[in-house]
This record gives sequence, structure tokens and C-alpha cells, in this order.
Amino acid sequence: MTKPRTGIASAHNAKVMNRFELTKRLVGQLKREEAVVGGIGNTNFDLWASGQRPQNFYMLGSMGLAIPIALGVALAQPRRHVVALEGDGSLLMQLGCLATVGMLAQNNLTMVVWDNGIYQITGSQPTASASAADLVAIARAAGIAKSAWAADEEDFDRLFASALAEGGPSLIAVRIDDKPGIGATDRDPVQIRERFMRGLGVRRIA
Amino acid sequence: MNKASAQPANWYEIVLASLKHNDVKLVAYVPDRVLTPLIKAIHEDSFFITFPTTREEEAVGIVTGAWMGGMRGAVLMQTSGFATLPNALASLAVPSQIPLLMFVSERGTLGEFNLGQALVCRTMRPALDSLAIVHHTITRIDELEFIVDRSIKQAVATQAPVAFILSPLLTGGKVFEQGGAR
Repeated sequence: MTKPRTGIASAHNAKVMNRFELTKRLVGQLKREEAVVGGIGNTNFDLWASGQRPQNFYMLGSMGLAIPIALGVALAQPRRHVVALEGDGSLLMQLGCLATVGMLAQNNLTMVVWDNGIYQITGSQPTASASAADLVAIARAAGIAKSAWAADEEDFDRLFASALAEGGPSLIAVRIDDKPGIGATDRDPVQIRERFMRGLGVRRIA
Repeated sequence: MNKASAQPANWYEIVLASLKHNDVKLVAYVPDRVLTPLIKAIHEDSFFITFPTTREEEAVGIVTGAWMGGMRGAVLMQTSGFATLPNALASLAVPSQIPLLMFVSERGTLGEFNLGQALVCRTMRPALDSLAIVHHTITRIDELEFIVDRSIKQAVATQAPVAFILSPLLTGGKVFEQGGAR
């Protein structure tokens, strides 16, 4: 159960959704070999379970760096859209990256934040977003004007389609339940990195 | 730079030329007083994509993503910034085999006034050694181009990070004011 929220975060009345369901909807919209960078933990597990696209990168450590990694891919390949998937705990660890994204205004970057208000994988301790921090308000204040809470599944589909079509940078925050991730990623960082680079057309395939 | 051509006068011109010569387009940095002329010169050269990040590990993430997308990148920082990096190095750049180029302006030595800088400097080489990251402390301008150029090529060829520690002997270091302000 996700606890009812108090404070600033309660200003939005977004529906509590499910990360795996939404990950599947997100991946279903990808038609142009968009890159997806998944943050550590359940974010990645659900991305993995949604189907292992060659353009997916699964972070195995470096908590908080999904958005910076995605920004780097976006800078290197400006004609490809890049999506970062990150959890609330991970984003809170590296909030400064939103200021960098706001400053650079890289338009082929979309960030999706799954916010369950807990550090789920370590024992469901509360994050600051459970009671006080509003991640969309923080993103807007960092200069990312296209930042919004998804009200429900249909709203998420619409926001994500618009982010892909119109460009950004955009941030979509989603309130999610406390269901654990569905799958588990492979644990070979070189294989994951090499497959991703091939998926992005960077490596010649022998 | 070609050996036959006239040597650039300044260390930062040599670093810039080596980056360019090796197609290192992306330079993310957390600034340092000593690095100021290098950062300024990179900003003024349209070859580069350059910007500050809020933390050094953020820059490591960006350069890692850029490499995977086909663009070479470097991170500029000072000694205390390097000290924030071991997790990003040990869990991303090293195991993923990323040719991450790190330029570290060395504080904490040769007349440091700030005890914290002096202590943090002592953690840098043991941290690099413990991760088996190649590092060079550069003290002489006549060796700079050789070390940087060759090591960038080695980093790319061996898919491994490298750290260039820019000694005050090379850069002049930070000018310490009487009484040790800042």
C-alpha cells in the first residue's frame, strides 16, 4: 500500500498505477528505435521484463545516473529520441542533473519517473517524495517546462506520445504502487553495454 | 600536434589540441580555478560540446552515455571532485569498459593551505590504483602532448578509463594568498 501523501506532493491527485503495466505501454509506443536507459533496481527489472530491445541499456550500479547517461546518448545521437526511466529514490540522489537538463534543453530527451514514495528494493523505507518533495515541481523549477504528473494510464500514453512527437526535454512523473519488479536483468555489464552500442548502430556487427 | 610544428606556448593549448586531434568532442566539467584557461578555450572552440555539470559523477554518466552513442568525451575536475567518483567508476565506467578521460587539476600538494584538500589528495592515487585505472601525473610541458595523445588512444583501444593528474608543476597550480584565504 502506498500511503496517502501529505504536504506539497498531495497537491496532485494522480492515480496510483503499476510500473510494469506502464512500462509495457511506454515500450509499445516506441517505433523508431528510440534508446531507453533504465535506472537501477525495479525500474530496470520491469524494463527487462517488457522485452529486451537492443536499444535498451540496463544500469547495474551507479544509482542516480540514468538521466545523465540518457543525456549523453541524446547529445551523441541528436536524431534519435532517448528515454530515461528512473525511480524517485534514484532521482532524489541526483537532483542536480535536472538543472543540467534544463540548462542544455536537449530536445530529444524524455524522462519518466516512477514515484512510489519508497526505497522499495532496500525494504520500502520512505523517500522524501512520499511526504514533501514534488518531483514535477522540482523539474519545472529546474527549467524543464514540459513536466507533468500522469493523471491515469490514458494521460500517460498521451503525455509520452506528445514527448516523442514534439520533443522536449520532457519529464513525466507517475505515481506507482509498491508491486515489485517482474523480471531480473542479466548481470554482465560488458554484454549489456555492447548490445546497446550495437542497437544504436555504433558497432559494426561482424 | 605534429612534433615538427611549433609547440603551443601553454599547457591548456596542448590539452585542447590533443582532445581535438583525437576527436574528443564532449567536455563536461565541474570547474576549478587552475582549469579556467582550458575551460575558456574549449568554450570558445566550436568543435566542442562543453558545459558544467552539478557533480562530477553526473559528468561521468553523461560521458558514458555519449561514448555508447558514438561520441568521445572527457571530464574536467579538481582533486576533491575526483574523491566523489569511486562509486560511479567502480559500478559504471570500469565494469562497462568505458574509455572515460579524466583530467584532474591537482590540489592538496606543493604548498596547499587547505587541510581538507591536502587529505583528499592522498585518497586519489590509492582509489585509482585500487580500481586498476591507468593514471599519469603530468609535471612537464614537454611530455604533456605525448602522454595525453598516447593515453587517449590507449583508452579507446583498450576500452578503459584513464586519469590525467595535472600537477602544479605543469599548470602553476593555485596561487596561495597570504593567510590562506580560499
